[in-house]
Amino acid sequence: MTLTATPSAEAARALDAELYERMLLIRRFEERLLDEFSKGRLFGTTHAYIGQEANAVGLFDVADAGDIAFSNHRCHGHYLAYGGDIHALAAELMGKATGVCGGRGGSQHICFRNFYSNGVQGGIVPVASGIALAEKLKQSGRVTIVFLGDGTLGEGVVYESLNIASLWQLPILFVLENNRYAQTTPIRLNLAGDIAARFEAFGIDTTTLDTTDVLQVRDAAARALQHVRERPAPAALVLGTHRLCAHSKGDDTRDAAELAASRAFDPLAIHGPRLGDAQRARAEDSVRSALNDAFERAIADPFPLAESLGETPRRAR
Amino acid sequence: MTATAPAPTTVLASLNGALHSLMERSGDVYVIGEDVLDPYGGAFKVTKGLSTRFPARVLTTPISEAAIVGTATGMALRGLRPIAEIMFGDFLMLAADQLVNHAAKFRWMYNEQASVPLVVRTPVGGRRGYGPTHSQTLEKMFLGVPGLRVVAPNALANPGALLTAAVADDDDPVLFIEHKLLYAQPLLEPGRGSLSEFQSTVHGERYPTHTLRMAGARAADVTIACYGYAFEIVREAALSLLLEDELFVEIVLFTQLSPFELDPLSASLARTGKLVVVEEGGLTLGWGAEVVARMTESSAAPVRARRVAARDLPIANARTLEDATLPQVADVRAAALSLAGREVG
Repeated sequence: MTLTATPSAEAARALDAELYERMLLIRRFEERLLDEFSKGRLFGTTHAYIGQEANAVGLFDVADAGDIAFSNHRCHGHYLAYGGDIHALAAELMGKATGVCGGRGGSQHICFRNFYSNGVQGGIVPVASGIALAEKLKQSGRVTIVFLGDGTLGEGVVYESLNIASLWQLPILFVLENNRYAQTTPIRLNLAGDIAARFEAFGIDTTTLDTTDVLQVRDAAARALQHVRERPAPAALVLGTHRLCAHSKGDDTRDAAELAASRAFDPLAIHGPRLGDAQRARAEDSVRSALNDAFERAIADPFPLAESLGETPRRAR
Repeated sequence: MTATAPAPTTVLASLNGALHSLMERSGDVYVIGEDVLDPYGGAFKVTKGLSTRFPARVLTTPISEAAIVGTATGMALRGLRPIAEIMFGDFLMLAADQLVNHAAKFRWMYNEQASVPLVVRTPVGGRRGYGPTHSQTLEKMFLGVPGLRVVAPNALANPGALLTAAVADDDDPVLFIEHKLLYAQPLLEPGRGSLSEFQSTVHGERYPTHTLRMAGARAADVTIACYGYAFEIVREAALSLLLEDELFVEIVLFTQLSPFELDPLSASLARTGKLVVVEEGGLTLGWGAEVVARMTESSAAPVRARRVAARDLPIANARTLEDATLPQVADVRAAALSLAGREVG
């Protein structure tokens, strides 16, 4: 984590390109996924991260390799930014035996190294607190990052967890991605009061950011993670963001004018101009080739056999 | 407690002693729950003395059942062995999402890349006049949940050893159901004291099932299956059936309720063909209903059965009403006599 040193111009350019490519990977992955859905190659449902890429990419760029993440239903972008295997996720979403959870979990239920996700709103927050508590007790120095949405704030268990996290000064970072919609319901119909004030009421150090610029998210995340790791104490990062896709697949009921206005916040469009045309083209090529490889392999992979249901697979770690 | 502590004499002492030695043996064992610190030591005193000896590993919490179980689940995911206490079993409902959608799911859903060695202990049951929201026996809500084991101690099957197995030897989440009236019960031993008429065979190791027969008696007429505190009622009924009615029963006493592993019961039913199931939870869709269904499906010979359980009503505060709601010795007697074709006296 580099907070103090001003990077050289060359290093800054390399970082710009890296961040761009990681955001592009998420964007193109999700687009490919929605495309595969329409071709009938995916089973079930999915929640794409299109428009929110700057949050995960900025954050994980400054997280430590050993840090732990607990994500929610909209987890693909978090997973890819964390460094999750692309093919294993594609295969999981196609219900293949080679998927990151052998086809058992699907889109919302992922486990990869120190990355976990679950699909029930709010319920992951105390589990993440427990993880943070365990790591604090073990003095591992790891920070636990847990993702919430504005819609998650309707769940009571979130507040039980904020209370405990602050009471016990747990090394946990609450990342709240406020895309102003709980599925189809706008925030004005489901949230009273102020988001930051909720965290502050529990004495949790809170930063609110209304930007989709990956560099700004990265800086704020670095400061928040440093606070969590060094105190140690919980912190919250409230990130204003714009979901540029449906909640799931065909359920976008938002006003067209509003959606069009949201396009101005596309993190790729904001960060892209920092790269040259050739750099952007290289990123497209590299992402396309990685995704083609991952998806083609996943498509060819076998489905898990019904007979394997009763078997206990070998533990991966 | 020291190494020379006398052998425990009650269920409470057995459970408390087990917690002390678990914490002594492993620094990974944590106790987390409401009001668990000394001098109070938990609402039913099961955690007494722990916070004095292991202050850093006994965590008293806010009144947040979902977060207690969720936090303990996270600890277990990262390799610790937490024991969460839910002050009253009724409050399990507040933590149901954590148990069903999180703790019980992780190992399977993550394809064995994680495990949750969590124990959630909770006192359940009535007969103490605590009224509708502090007297229930709700474990039937958690039976059959994949990935969640439900275990209930009784006064016979070494309760401390059972808890030790759940904490130290089980890598899956265990819901550990302790009936409040068991705490003060003296520990029982077949062939001695109040079990002097019985001999026992044990099936299974980690969560054993006991089959109890009348010593030296002819073949039993009726099999009675039960768990937890219901065994106290069943053994009293069995003695009175023997002495007053010359009806011989075999008792199959379970400690693991879910998943259902009913082998010793099948063996007993092969001998009697008549089954009474006894539980303190409500009758409808209860443990006994599942046991009867499974025995009916698996038995070669016809099985005749009666269920003894609480009436499907909230549990009243008044003693007279509570007694009328919860299963009593007379109900067990009546069920057995009716199956045996005897006039119910």
